[in-house]
Amino acid sequence: MTWTWLIGAVLFLILAPLAGGLIAGIDRKITARMQGRVGPPLLQPFYDVGKLFEKERVVVTTAQNFYVLAYLIFIALSGALFFAGGDLLLIVFAFTLAHVFLVLGAYAAHSPYSHIGAERELIQLMAYEPMIILAAVGLYMVTNSFFVADIATTAIPIILYLPGVFLGFVTILTIKLRKSPFDISTSHHAHQEIVKGITTEFSGSTLAQVEIAHWYENVFLLGFVYLFFAWNPIIGIIAVAVTYFAEIFVDNVTARVRWQAALKSGWVVAGALGILNLAILSYMMTGGA
Amino acid sequence: MQTLLFLILFPILVACLLLFVKRTALRYAVVTLSALAIGGASIYLLMRYAFEGAVYFAAPSETVSLAMVAIEMGLALFIIYMGAKFRNYLAIVLAVIQAALVVYLETTFSGNLHAVNNLFIDQFSIIMALIIGLIGSLIAVYAVRYMETYHHHHPEVRDRQRMFFFVIFAFLAAMFGLVFSNNLMWVFFFWEVTTLSSFLLIGYSETEEATRNAFRALVMNLLGGVAFVVALIYLAANEATSGGIELSSVLASGDTAVVLIPAVLIGFAGITKAALMPFSSWLLGAMVAPTPVSALLHSSTMVKAGVYILVRFSPVFAGTFAGFSIGLVGAVTFVVASAIAISQSNAKSVLAYSTIANLGLIAACAGVGTYMLVWAAILLIIFHAVAKSLLFLGTGAIEHRIGSRDIEDMEGLIVRMPMMAVMMFIGIAGMFLAPFGMLISKWAAIEAFVQAPFGLVFIAILAYGSAVTVFFWAKWMGKLVTVTRNQEKVEKGFFQEPWAPLYIITGLVIATVLLFPVISSMLIEPYVLAIYGATARLGEANVAIMLLMMALLLILPVSFLLFKRSAKRLPAYMGGRTSTPDLHFAGSLGLTREAQTRNYYLNEYFGEAKLFLPGAVVCAVLILASWVLAGVAL
Repeated sequence: MTWTWLIGAVLFLILAPLAGGLIAGIDRKITARMQGRVGPPLLQPFYDVGKLFEKERVVVTTAQNFYVLAYLIFIALSGALFFAGGDLLLIVFAFTLAHVFLVLGAYAAHSPYSHIGAERELIQLMAYEPMIILAAVGLYMVTNSFFVADIATTAIPIILYLPGVFLGFVTILTIKLRKSPFDISTSHHAHQEIVKGITTEFSGSTLAQVEIAHWYENVFLLGFVYLFFAWNPIIGIIAVAVTYFAEIFVDNVTARVRWQAALKSGWVVAGALGILNLAILSYMMTGGA
Repeated sequence: MQTLLFLILFPILVACLLLFVKRTALRYAVVTLSALAIGGASIYLLMRYAFEGAVYFAAPSETVSLAMVAIEMGLALFIIYMGAKFRNYLAIVLAVIQAALVVYLETTFSGNLHAVNNLFIDQFSIIMALIIGLIGSLIAVYAVRYMETYHHHHPEVRDRQRMFFFVIFAFLAAMFGLVFSNNLMWVFFFWEVTTLSSFLLIGYSETEEATRNAFRALVMNLLGGVAFVVALIYLAANEATSGGIELSSVLASGDTAVVLIPAVLIGFAGITKAALMPFSSWLLGAMVAPTPVSALLHSSTMVKAGVYILVRFSPVFAGTFAGFSIGLVGAVTFVVASAIAISQSNAKSVLAYSTIANLGLIAACAGVGTYMLVWAAILLIIFHAVAKSLLFLGTGAIEHRIGSRDIEDMEGLIVRMPMMAVMMFIGIAGMFLAPFGMLISKWAAIEAFVQAPFGLVFIAILAYGSAVTVFFWAKWMGKLVTVTRNQEKVEKGFFQEPWAPLYIITGLVIATVLLFPVISSMLIEPYVLAIYGATARLGEANVAIMLLMMALLLILPVSFLLFKRSAKRLPAYMGGRTSTPDLHFAGSLGLTREAQTRNYYLNEYFGEAKLFLPGAVVCAVLILASWVLAGVAL
């Protein structure tokens, strides 16, 4: 057996924080330009996280550190599994496990603000989960495999079979990237936040871990976007860039919605775009065409 | 065969013995010893028959069958008596109909009622026997001390513990009988015994509510029982093609159209017993019973009999529209019950809705019935039994200590009852998180539905259903792990003995995950292979990753040591006001106020009032559709 899968995992574990931090830097720069500001230096996210590690250790309860560490580990694990070419469903479930740990960390702190953040994070989880499962199933229906290794090396232009699923996925990607209008549990923008939502009680190195986990997560999610275009790497990379730019744009032109709207949006796109797309696809495959 | 007979007859002996035991200490000894014997015998069963495939036993027929009919008539008389006493005429009517049908069957078709082999054992029966023998008897052990405390707390309830334990052990015997019987007449007999046992247990406290709910359970299950007898009559009447009343020959019958009708009728009996919608209300009402009864009904007995029979008949359902329809009943039940669970704050009712949801999922797998789905269904049965019994027993113990079964009152349990909180945590993780059991099964179900014809309908339902599942479990978990301040530990003082079963079951929750590849390859795969000629399994790489995740989860708590030395502690942020760690803050006018945190229940969207009726109507229509479709197929 080959060891290439291990290389993918190790490369992800080492490079993803760098890539994720850079993406965050670019993101802030573009956002600033959209708002008519100069914006911070490209490497500012690294400076921020570096500084967080220098801070005094302050907690509400020590248990919160444990859950955040578990969150970081399982986010990294699910991303590593993804880049090792593992089973997409298992990756999705590991990903859910990671987020449950973050939520538990916020609960453990027993603080009104982080409690509300935790509840909202759970609502987000509930909002995006159907679509993410349908996306995995859609990829399976086209490529006949749940394994990322097979999906990524396919010669089939998946996007042509799954345009609806892709649009649905991009919608819930907004939730996952913590972008407006669906950044209901915690936001990058100070102007629409209830204190700091789920991360209210995390500080110093713990908050830095949350940030690094978010970088890992973003790289993994962009990898997921890439799968839809995997038959042609150049188009794939362009598509990922365009998608991310579109997310930044949406982030800057919308205001946060209420949780009801976030939940409904996630569920409606899963139903209207995801299921419909898959239904047509399965009709075509089983004999319609 | 001796082991089988032992497992059926020994609990009956114990039951009779317990009728005469009055002192708790003595009862504890008797129950513990018998639990050891029953558990040991079921493990012996595993070692003896695991590698032999299906083995059939002739077993004495004539006298036993006659005795069973006599007992059935006695039970009918008892139901009529109880119905008359509490003026529940529907129960009387159903009992009379059922008895009349049995008499009709015995007299008209007496020639067709002989089975060559009355008893049998195969891997699926072994799994069921292990669940009943291990989980069921552990619950019985727990129940002894629980009931003692129960009567302390509820002096108004008449102490009928001797009857209580008699019924519990009779129940276990009936469950063993049910899963070992190859003669469908016998299956039906044991089926009826479980119905009556649950009736007696639910009504234990003799309050008006308990009696009402007990009768509701009785009526709904009798309805299923009537369908069961009709199926038997149909089988006996068409003996030439249907295979008569022998389970094995019915399943082997080539004439699927003829067999489908009784299969759907027995499936209907399974649906009532498994409390799928629209029959869920009996299981919800059963909450009024003492907690060990709920644990028993939900995990190892009763509802598991319902899904057992559905899974048994799933080769008949496979590929038929009637079966698809039954599968949809399960799937709709799964998503609706999971959604309603969000709106519940009573721990027992969350657990009840979650049970209903998972039974729905099992039924969905059984109804569609491809080999991969049967594999997934059996996995679900195992993992659900283990995790759910732990959660019920835990909830019972917590209720005795903190005086409430409301999830909001379990806030900070990790501080007040650390051991208990950890066990509940593991139990809940077992219900919905990777890499624990229920998630493995759900995963398997998704993979299987992708490949089933029209499986997309189920995938869509499963996607939404599993999303809401995460929500209601995670917020409960959150309440448990909240670290509250200035609260005292209340763990000590509760009778310590009932905790032994809890420790063992907690161990089982983890062990079933670690041993899952063995369970699958040793028991489930050979069973599926024998029936379908093909079997499913999880890829080796995935199993390895699951085990890795499990290992990580077991190691992670060590990192607590890292955090011990660190960090200054500050009170939570309260909008900048001066505050204390127990969430008191300086309000205006110099008053100190207290802040509280409460979970979302989203009643407006997921309330019982909003969802239950539509769900029940859809399922009722689907059940009718399954009958029509089975009729059309003929």
